[in-house]
Amino acid sequence: MSSFAKNIVRFCLFILVQVYVLNQVPPLHELVTPYLYFLFILWLPFKMGRRTIMVLAFAIGFCLDCFTKTYGLHAAACVMIAYVRPFLINLLISQEGAESNYNEPSIKSMGLTPYFTYLAILTLLHHTMLYFLQALQVGGYLYFILKILISTAVSLLLILLTELLFVRKQRFRTNTV
Amino acid sequence: MRNIFLFIRIYFNFLFFLFLMCISFFMLFNYNRFHHTVYSSTAGEITGKVNKQFNDVEYYFKLKRTNDSLVKANAVLYNKLKQDFELPDTVSRLAIDTLRIDTLPFLRKYLYLPAKVVGNSVSQTNNYLQLHRGSLQGVTADLGVTDINNSVIGTVVDVSNNYCVVMSLLHRQSNISAKLKKSGETGSVVWDGVQTNVVILKDISKDIKVSRGDTIITSGFSDKFPYGLVIGTVMNIENDQTSSTFIIKVKTAANFYNLQYAYIINNLQKGEPQQLLKSVKKTNE
Repeated sequence: MSSFAKNIVRFCLFILVQVYVLNQVPPLHELVTPYLYFLFILWLPFKMGRRTIMVLAFAIGFCLDCFTKTYGLHAAACVMIAYVRPFLINLLISQEGAESNYNEPSIKSMGLTPYFTYLAILTLLHHTMLYFLQALQVGGYLYFILKILISTAVSLLLILLTELLFVRKQRFRTNTV
Repeated sequence: MRNIFLFIRIYFNFLFFLFLMCISFFMLFNYNRFHHTVYSSTAGEITGKVNKQFNDVEYYFKLKRTNDSLVKANAVLYNKLKQDFELPDTVSRLAIDTLRIDTLPFLRKYLYLPAKVVGNSVSQTNNYLQLHRGSLQGVTADLGVTDINNSVIGTVVDVSNNYCVVMSLLHRQSNISAKLKKSGETGSVVWDGVQTNVVILKDISKDIKVSRGDTIITSGFSDKFPYGLVIGTVMNIENDQTSSTFIIKVKTAANFYNLQYAYIINNLQKGEPQQLLKSVKKTNE
């Protein structure tokens, strides 16, 4: 399947899973809201342009917003992580030319530790942005911080499970940069 | 001029980022104005259709619980039937009803419209429901919505052709005028965004006696709900040190986890009080 078609399928699947599975499960606790859909942005190919990534991030955020009726909330958080993503990849990528050797960020292409740092930072950023925008209306620092941390932990666990369940085949493309 | 173009070219990504952020923030903070636009109603129609598909499946799994609550609602209605009551002989007397039947429609104030719940959220900080009724079926914004047992669940905020979006009680902008059934004290019911199925009753003065288990009903002051619909029961009373009022936690009578049908309450005299107020204001100016 081409990268284009794969990403379209992913887009739909992530939205459906987020809306009809994760938003539907009775909350374990009021502090826990599992989020997974933004993994779509984290899995976009390396070589994709920054603007394209931002537009796609806006699209998936906005799509989710249409379902939750919070126009702009998830879109803002997604655009934020889409903007930071390239900087982070440049910082964390260990081998020279790994961006061109592999298609998209994964354990194999980036290495275990950098990849999880990448996931953790962007998840934290996404949740911080999301709950900050929500908290503008309500306040309560401790609640806000706890909610960010616990939700981030739960999201990371979900991402880990996704990585383990759906192994993405990463082909080694070329040696020549 | 050249420098400006150069600046734009260098920082184009950042500017584009700011641009997308601005759109997001604009939508986020202008939702109330924004949701009246054409766009939102088409989005409502599309998400409504997708939600409907999902609900067809979900509905099947919740049939049993829905059935139980329908039976309960039916039992309540049966108990209100005229033939269940008997007047003592000394009072019963043959009387001719002089009311013309024709006048009945004009006396009706509230009209209940059944609706299927196709979308519902409970885990967000602002929760919305989506119902399969829209402007073609006579739904307008600012109508009250109740569950099967006629307890309050929210207010219609957005309408498309066949679907409407309901701001549930579990929404931070939700504010419903309420009353303690026992003492008749009025306050307002809001949500703090923390616990599902638990809302907060404000503005009850501390010299009022409130105890756990007291029923909270709608006050009938607003034009959305008739008087006396159950909102919930008092769960916990907190003494707010900073003010002279209680913060009362109320367990909602409606179970937001399991909503399959709802009633939209159409107030047929909706415009009247506002018109009156307007004309009073005009004459006083």
